[in-house]
Amino acid sequence: MKFGIYPGCSLTGSARDYNESVFALAEAFGLEFTQIPDWNCCGATAAHNLNKELSLALPTRILALAEKNGLEEIIVPCAACYSRLVVTRHELKNNPELKNRISEVIEMDYRGTSKILNVIEWIDKYIIPKLDEKIVKPFNYKVACYYGCLLVRPNKVLGYDRAEDPQTMDVVMRKIGADTLEYPYKTECCGAGLSISRTDIVSKLSGKIIEDAEHRGADAIIVACPMCHSNLDMRRPDINKYWDAEYKIPVIFVTQAIGLAIGLTADKVGLKRHFVDVKIS
Amino acid sequence: MSHSEHHKERNTLASSLEKNVEVIAQKCYQCGKCTAGCPVADDMDLPPSMVMRLLQTEIPANDEKVLRSHSIWLCVTCEMCLSRCPMEIDIPSMMDYLRQRSRSEKKVNKKAKNIIAFHKSFLNSIRFTGRLYELGLILDYKRQSLNMFQDISLAPKMISRGKLHLFPHLIKGTAQMAKIFKKTSN
Repeated sequence: MKFGIYPGCSLTGSARDYNESVFALAEAFGLEFTQIPDWNCCGATAAHNLNKELSLALPTRILALAEKNGLEEIIVPCAACYSRLVVTRHELKNNPELKNRISEVIEMDYRGTSKILNVIEWIDKYIIPKLDEKIVKPFNYKVACYYGCLLVRPNKVLGYDRAEDPQTMDVVMRKIGADTLEYPYKTECCGAGLSISRTDIVSKLSGKIIEDAEHRGADAIIVACPMCHSNLDMRRPDINKYWDAEYKIPVIFVTQAIGLAIGLTADKVGLKRHFVDVKIS
Repeated sequence: MSHSEHHKERNTLASSLEKNVEVIAQKCYQCGKCTAGCPVADDMDLPPSMVMRLLQTEIPANDEKVLRSHSIWLCVTCEMCLSRCPMEIDIPSMMDYLRQRSRSEKKVNKKAKNIIAFHKSFLNSIRFTGRLYELGLILDYKRQSLNMFQDISLAPKMISRGKLHLFPHLIKGTAQMAKIFKKTSN
């Protein structure tokens, strides 16, 4: 079956590793993606901080393009894009006047009919049913599943998992053999979009998330958001400097962990692109 | 008599919030859960529960304090406050509204200069190409913030890992993007 994918900007650049692992998994499970043709940036934090209308128009163009191309189901691996798309669809659904105004801005018809899946929902629906038979190398490590903010919040709108102590990623990780630790930092914020403008705050917040995972004896932190990944991985030198520490715990995308478990190479799932060395293979 | 009838003629931030984002500041009973859960409360001049309290007073000087605060720009929209608020007050939407008011009334806190420079650079990048061009974003941010040496060692490491494009990707709909930006410019 063919379904749509909205990679979002990160997956073409700083989260290329995540993109590689998503596509490698799809290939291994015989799933085919169609990229939403000519997709644009969702606007991210910048748009909704500075311009509400723009922050709705940008995601709506993406959803309208998906509809125009007959993509009834789209996977959005980036948790931040996922949140923007779902929140936009929700706001327009509840406000016909706003929906008309935004349609007029983008000069496209928009109905709001495409189903939007985050990466864990996609895994649950398409990977899990065929997973057991494919596991050749169980992921026998202790892990801290870090969901971050936007996969689970705003909870009332996303309606996905529990806002406090979510479980879906933990369940997936246990299915591939991991030992999932109790981890109270699961949904604490990493500092998100302040990465460049306030690296000090990101170093502080991300450091707490890393410290707790290391303290609990985790071998890896498992993530499903490119922004969380870049803050915990690429910003590691800043974090270690801020906390005067030498945190070495690797940060692995859930799709990379599954890839390793079904026998894909570290290279194939993008692990060689990380800043923090991943000794797990 | 409802609260809004009581203040029929009011022209306060609280009344604008009701009208524009359906946030009713008077609902807040100061339990402090938002502030307790806010990841950036430590760095804020006014933690979220304090912002709520100031709005409730509907005193012009307090509205002014809110619009001129550093807090509204430090909020990262992690949505923790909303998820824990017993009254389900949509503080993140409120923050978006306050940021836009703060800018349109030219009351932006000086300490937020770099945060706003980053957001502007981000939008500049997608305005012309349709997608984020990270290298362009970083260079434009450096120009706007004058932080020339920040993250200078990061770019080569990103390039060697294939994580930074040297050239932007232009979508076909760039003209449409330009229109979207124009029509939504406020």
